[in-house]
Amino acid sequence: MTQDRKTFVAWLQAAPMMLVFALFFLLPLLFVTIVSAWDYNEYEMIPAFSLRGYTDTFEGCIADLPNLCTILKTYLNTLKLCLLTWGLTLLIGFTVAYFLAFHVRSKTWQIVLTLLCTIPFWTSNVIRMIAWIPLLGRNGLVNRGLEGAGLIKQPLEWLLFSEFSVVLALVHLFTFFMVVPIFNSMIRIDKRLIEAAYDAGASGWQTLVNVIIPLTKPGIVIGSIFVITIVMGDFVTIGVMGGQQIASAGKIIESRLNALQFPAAAANAVILLGVTILIISALTRIVDIRKEL
Amino acid sequence: MSERRPRSFYLLAAFFSAYVLFLYGPMFAIYILSFQGPDGGLTFPMNGVSLVWFGKVFSGSGIVDIGAAFKRSLQLGLVVMVLTVVLSVSAGLAFRRSFRGATLLFYVAIASLIMPSIITSLGIALEFRLLDDFIIKSGAANWTTAMGLFTSGLGAHLTWTLPFGLLIMFAIFNRFDGRLEEAARDLGATPWQTFRHVVLPIILPSVVGIGLFGFTLSWDELARSSQTIGSVNTLPLDLQGLTTTVTKPDIYALGTLTSAVSFLVIFSALVVILVLQARQRRHGSDAGKGMV
Repeated sequence: MTQDRKTFVAWLQAAPMMLVFALFFLLPLLFVTIVSAWDYNEYEMIPAFSLRGYTDTFEGCIADLPNLCTILKTYLNTLKLCLLTWGLTLLIGFTVAYFLAFHVRSKTWQIVLTLLCTIPFWTSNVIRMIAWIPLLGRNGLVNRGLEGAGLIKQPLEWLLFSEFSVVLALVHLFTFFMVVPIFNSMIRIDKRLIEAAYDAGASGWQTLVNVIIPLTKPGIVIGSIFVITIVMGDFVTIGVMGGQQIASAGKIIESRLNALQFPAAAANAVILLGVTILIISALTRIVDIRKEL
Repeated sequence: MSERRPRSFYLLAAFFSAYVLFLYGPMFAIYILSFQGPDGGLTFPMNGVSLVWFGKVFSGSGIVDIGAAFKRSLQLGLVVMVLTVVLSVSAGLAFRRSFRGATLLFYVAIASLIMPSIITSLGIALEFRLLDDFIIKSGAANWTTAMGLFTSGLGAHLTWTLPFGLLIMFAIFNRFDGRLEEAARDLGATPWQTFRHVVLPIILPSVVGIGLFGFTLSWDELARSSQTIGSVNTLPLDLQGLTTTVTKPDIYALGTLTSAVSFLVIFSALVVILVLQARQRRHGSDAGKGMV
């Protein structure tokens, strides 16, 4: 076969996937951008240029100074949830991946334990959220246990439908996204490097900080990107676990959609996308700068 | 390194066990509670043991038409699974050679994976709304909508499953020995024969893995479906809706049934993968066994 024909065949093989992404990902993104600059009334969008979607979103942001307007408050709150979830998933994900990569010695056990962490990922997120209700509710296991032990007199109200339960559920659902890329980076580390550090007299802690963490950085960044983008756009977990009472960047879009204000929803989507891209590029930059040093 | 396990091993093993308990504990709590007695509530203790709540789910009393949602999710999951496997394997093969737009396709797939789901969902919803408006303006007066389970819904699910499929294909071909194909070609096999009799049997266990991802991710998908499914609901959407209204354990029974399907699929896929791998070991190579 000639080279030309080979590349043509390769192109044909990739074409169906390209088509799906073009129709259901790139084109929709384009429409989001366009519609974000359209006008709208109570029940429909009007294809005429208007920045109403944006101005409505930032309404009162200047007038209310020095108090924060709704949108800024919501974004700050989303960022707070995001940071909490990120920190916890990183800590737990790193420790779990470290155990799997460096302490589990047989290949079979490594596969079995990795699978054990993966199986919940293949089951429903909603069910894994609902699963916290019998544990954290007013009459749940935790409150009963604490009452039984005499530690509290009244059931704790902040266990469920609160920011606590939102972060708990997010960590529960998405630590997997940290474990996989970090584990992937770790098993690629040449074991002789660790032995060399050991031979040179490094303590276990020094090896971890000076050898393993720098070499695991790509995995940490990939995992962080996953977790941060998921939490920034989340509206399902925050909705269900927050009892539909906690505002977030994703939930603004959802409520605008429920009100059929498509341009406003699209404008919020563009803002969310911008913030997300900003965080991702900052994240990749931090790592690159360190690589330069 | 010493043969004895260091103390850190036991600490980390305890941490890992706690993590696994954290992962599975709550899930098993609702599986147990779904067998709650007829007078039981949403929390422990169990008030007797019964199948009442499963009966309620099947008879549909109290809950919206769950049977139909179950069937819709199953059909959609199967279609998504087949398309994810076919498109991923096909594109995975393409990436072994260079073609125009290879880098672009890779970055688009990654972007699709990490794009906040609500944005993708909103975009597809807008696209179909504009399409509907266009069709109606073009004169089809009684046109309702192009949005539906197997148009916009299917597309939304594929933007989520295809990136996983493609990444798995990369992992497969990273450790694939290209000399096997060369040998097949040298023996006169056509490209199709090479694929069918050499490449496919070797990658088959991982292809089953792609199918597993395709089905389970679709079966449980919620955020991207939320705006794109049209007038009907998938099972996860119904489940989410029920979280705010239902105060009886029938929601647990439904959760247990949904998980049972997931576990059945996961278990069958893993068994198929193990069987295929065992077969490969048996039939794999006769190198060094002499001419027979």
